[in-house]
Amino acid sequence: MRIFVCIKQVPDSAQIRVHPVTNTIMRQGVPTIINPYDLFGLEEALRLRDRFGGEVTVMTMGPPMASDSLRKALTYGADRAVLLTDRFFAGSDTLATSYALANLIQKASENWGQPDIVFCGKQTIDGDTAQVGPGIARRLGLTQLTYVSSIDEIDPSHGTITVRRRADHGVQVLQSRLPAMITMMEGSNEIRRGRIEDALRAASAEVVQWNAAAAGITDLGHCGLRGSPTVVKKVFAPPSREEKATLVGEGAANPAAVANDLITQIFARQPVLEGDLMHAAARH
Amino acid sequence: MNSSAPRPPAAAGSRAGMKKELPEHFRSYKHVWVFIEFEQGEIHPVSLELLGEGRKLADRLQVELAGVLLGGCGAALTGAAGICHSYGADVVYVAAHPVLADYRNEPYTRVMTDLVRKFEPEIMLLGATVLGRDLAGSVATTLQTGLTADCTELAIDDERSLAATRPTFGGSLLCTIHTLNFRPQMATVRPRVMPLPAPDTSRTGRIIEYQAELEESDIVTKVIDFLADRNSESSQLAFADVVVAGGLGLRSAENISLVQDLAHVLGGDWGGSRPLVQKGWIPSDRQIGQTGKTIRPRLYIAAGISGAIQHRVGVEGSDLIVAINTDPNAPIFEFAHLGVVGDATVLLPALTEAFRSRLAVNRLAG
Ligand SMILES: Cc1cc2nc3c(=O)[nH]c(=O)nc-3n(C[C@H](O)[C@H](O)[C@H](O)COP(=O)(O)OP(=O)(O)OC[C@H]3O[C@@H](n4cnc5c(N)ncnc54)[C@H](O)[C@@H]3O)c2cc1C
Repeated sequence: MRIFVCIKQVPDSAQIRVHPVTNTIMRQGVPTIINPYDLFGLEEALRLRDRFGGEVTVMTMGPPMASDSLRKALTYGADRAVLLTDRFFAGSDTLATSYALANLIQKASENWGQPDIVFCGKQTIDGDTAQVGPGIARRLGLTQLTYVSSIDEIDPSHGTITVRRRADHGVQVLQSRLPAMITMMEGSNEIRRGRIEDALRAASAEVVQWNAAAAGITDLGHCGLRGSPTVVKKVFAPPSREEKATLVGEGAANPAAVANDLITQIFARQPVLEGDLMHAAARH
Repeated sequence: MNSSAPRPPAAAGSRAGMKKELPEHFRSYKHVWVFIEFEQGEIHPVSLELLGEGRKLADRLQVELAGVLLGGCGAALTGAAGICHSYGADVVYVAAHPVLADYRNEPYTRVMTDLVRKFEPEIMLLGATVLGRDLAGSVATTLQTGLTADCTELAIDDERSLAATRPTFGGSLLCTIHTLNFRPQMATVRPRVMPLPAPDTSRTGRIIEYQAELEESDIVTKVIDFLADRNSESSQLAFADVVVAGGLGLRSAENISLVQDLAHVLGGDWGGSRPLVQKGWIPSDRQIGQTGKTIRPRLYIAAGISGAIQHRVGVEGSDLIVAINTDPNAPIFEFAHLGVVGDATVLLPALTEAFRSRLAVNRLAG
């Protein structure tokens, strides 16, 4: 099977700090990681390759340093890595990003053959939009299978696939056709520990690097800020509330007294709630 | 090069600033649309919440509010359309077709884009649910228009443009996003972020039936089974009147039961902060916050939770927030209404007992 996996290098957001005065993100020194949601797709891709043979190509659009994440993906066992990088892509929103990535996938297909599956992350931890995968699927005419919790059956030779997909009130079992764009649910698998051989190979492997022209992108009007229909007009810190919590139970003799004070305060502020809770309790 | 991270605000005269002029062919786009999520015979509450929000936008713009309903059975859709009217829709577009019986991306995308091209709405809102997220990205890409995900606030600015505000960078910042020269302006909103409006059953409206041209044989993906969640015990979290949640301050997995006990006495539901999910103390569908559930209960009790911004954004819509924390400087006291500085493992059982006897006493008295 031929599988492409789109990943994104993101700041480890647990460590992001916002400058208190300028409200800008202080990125300096913040380590980057592969978007955690992408790893479920990568692992699924590696498993399919291990089962059916073939190759896994990881790809990303990003600044030159995004090659770190691609190399990391190679240590897990991906066979090839491609980076699309160009200043024309700066400021891309999700529509412009899916344009660039769709072109990247097309170019990669010309070089190495059409993929059976393109895996994307369900969403990213920094943007959190869940829009890029569907955008790519749409542009390339791939079957769109999002929120997949497991691939039950797959027959590459007949191009058929059966998946379980997490819906709002249950699980859809879907039968469909390849090629498909798939996003995996978190927890559907666990990224492997790479083998020593892969780590060694990754250290010296070449990350294929293309700029817009090399990826065959000629219409720069669809790229970056210019190709983005959305415009960020304002960035600001969440407003802080004026009044702070009223502290209850200070100086109370024991926990029971604190609890009673608190309950009195709660029902003083939510008088209707008390009656409703009583009705509910009576019904139990 | 972030797909969605904030870019620098557009300065006047910058390239982005020049996008202001709405191209001629979009000037006829009018009215506010809400995609009505209709599955298993029911309207998803987020769609009703969006009708409430859409109503405000439509009034501000002095245009109509429309619901868009897709499904397999015409009669069920007509019933659902009536509900949309009572929640504020002036018009409901109804597309009934056997192919639309179960949600599938392909036919839904096709019908939604056809409807937009035919009836030209200026704004389209969808719930940021599994279904809404699956659909919104495809529709926006097909229409080549802007889509802002997970908005927490929607407004109309002086130039009649939709100002869509969303958290970014894990909630540490908010940004306001506009789609200046494309239509429709699309946005998704997560469930429970907007309040559920009160229905007015005397309200009526129009229904516009749309004959979708679809052939089952053209649709690649088939739904071969649907395994409904067994009325999953947690499914009510987002809609519970009372929610009790624990954080790392609980100190051990065993103490989760203290949270459950209190929730039980209050007839509410329970959850926790993200680290508890990561530690495996609670299942992931019980996580409350930006990457978990957004809740809007009348009473929220947070025990041993510091109140990080990612948690805060998921609970801020609660009517009354009560925090129990040993640290008087914990950030949660900045947005809680009532606070107790103290040990949650001691106070939770005390509260459970006190509530139990109070509700029981009143029951006898009443
Ligand atoms: C992208 C991103 C998304 C995230 N999404 C979410 C999300 O959806 N939901 C979420 O909750 N978090 C989320 N987080 C994590 C968030 O940043 C915090 O790390 C997390 O909320 C902290 O959990 P906590 O309050 O339980 O733990 P801590 O921050 O460790 O706080 C524990 C608190 O317990 C208090 N305490 C200690 N002992 C006691 C005691 N005996 N009695 C009472 N109080 C005590 C302490 O004073 C402290 O305030 C996210 C983070 C990122 C980066």
